[in-house]
Amino acid sequence: MGDEQELIQRRQKARAIVTAVLLLAFVVLTFFITIAKIREGMAQ
Amino acid sequence: MTTAAPLLPPADWRDFLALTKPRVMTLVVFTGLCGMLAAPRGIAPVLAFTAILCIALGAGAAGALNQWYEADLDAVMKRTAKRPLPAGRMDRQSALHFGVGLAAFSVILMGLAVNMAAAAILTVSILFYVLIYTVWLKRRTPQNIVIGGAAGAFPPLIGWAAATGEVAVLPVLLFALVFLWTPPHFWALALFIESDYAKAGIPMLPVVAGERATRRQIGLYTIPMALVAVAPWPLGLTGAFYGAASIALTAIFGALAARVTIGRNTPGMKPEKRLFAYSIIYLFVIFGALVVDRWLA
Repeated sequence: MGDEQELIQRRQKARAIVTAVLLLAFVVLTFFITIAKIREGMAQ
Repeated sequence: MTTAAPLLPPADWRDFLALTKPRVMTLVVFTGLCGMLAAPRGIAPVLAFTAILCIALGAGAAGALNQWYEADLDAVMKRTAKRPLPAGRMDRQSALHFGVGLAAFSVILMGLAVNMAAAAILTVSILFYVLIYTVWLKRRTPQNIVIGGAAGAFPPLIGWAAATGEVAVLPVLLFALVFLWTPPHFWALALFIESDYAKAGIPMLPVVAGERATRRQIGLYTIPMALVAVAPWPLGLTGAFYGAASIALTAIFGALAARVTIGRNTPGMKPEKRLFAYSIIYLFVIFGALVVDRWLA
């Protein structure tokens, strides 16, 4: 039971870290998309 | 009193990655990127990256939904038995939620960041792969991969539409090339893993029509594929570099396909394995040649 609990916690932690990294990457991507769109709009 | 299904521990994040079929995604991303680079108009690098990301995520979503629906088939095939669902490392509901979420995210991001034309074609490609190929055709007809092959042919169209906002003759020819390439590619594979498909009850052509009919069909599909592969050059859509490359690459494909067409089952199935391996290289190199041709022009 202890081993299973440990496995669950380890996986939850790993998934939380991966989710945080992906969310951060999405925020950065959204920022650069916004900049590109603004530049596109200015060029037209 | 009812017996509840045993609760699984939360799936590892690597299993979610495996659901997206990363190896299949490589070819999808590459053809999508080449479709974009072959387009006459360029887009901002960050938008190009976003478009390719959306194509990859859309393909991953389709792969996840395919594995969600086919978990029972995957369990009986040696090639797929170790996937997260048949191996019991993930519950089906997680795979479904992941697939639907990823599909919606990829389409919405494509629509908002790139353009609606690319988002619309991406939507059609995901729905085509999941509903037409996986749910409708795969278990019912030996024509499953002929019609279903269209799903894998969309990325060059999406890439082109992402760059230009519209569809033209060249990306339609690229679509047709991947569409006509799919049957010889998959039937070469099906010839040497026929027993696996038979065990799972999937009506692949070698299982239903036999080995000789499959070999004949490989030869028959290679002819229009070869014509479509070379067509952009005489039509004036590409330069001589692509023309020479496509003729040379397609001639090798034709020679390998001819050996399979006139051959018989042998213990090592070498000609079939060679055609299967070369068909992957062929698609990578011919799309690469198209991009190089654009740069030379």
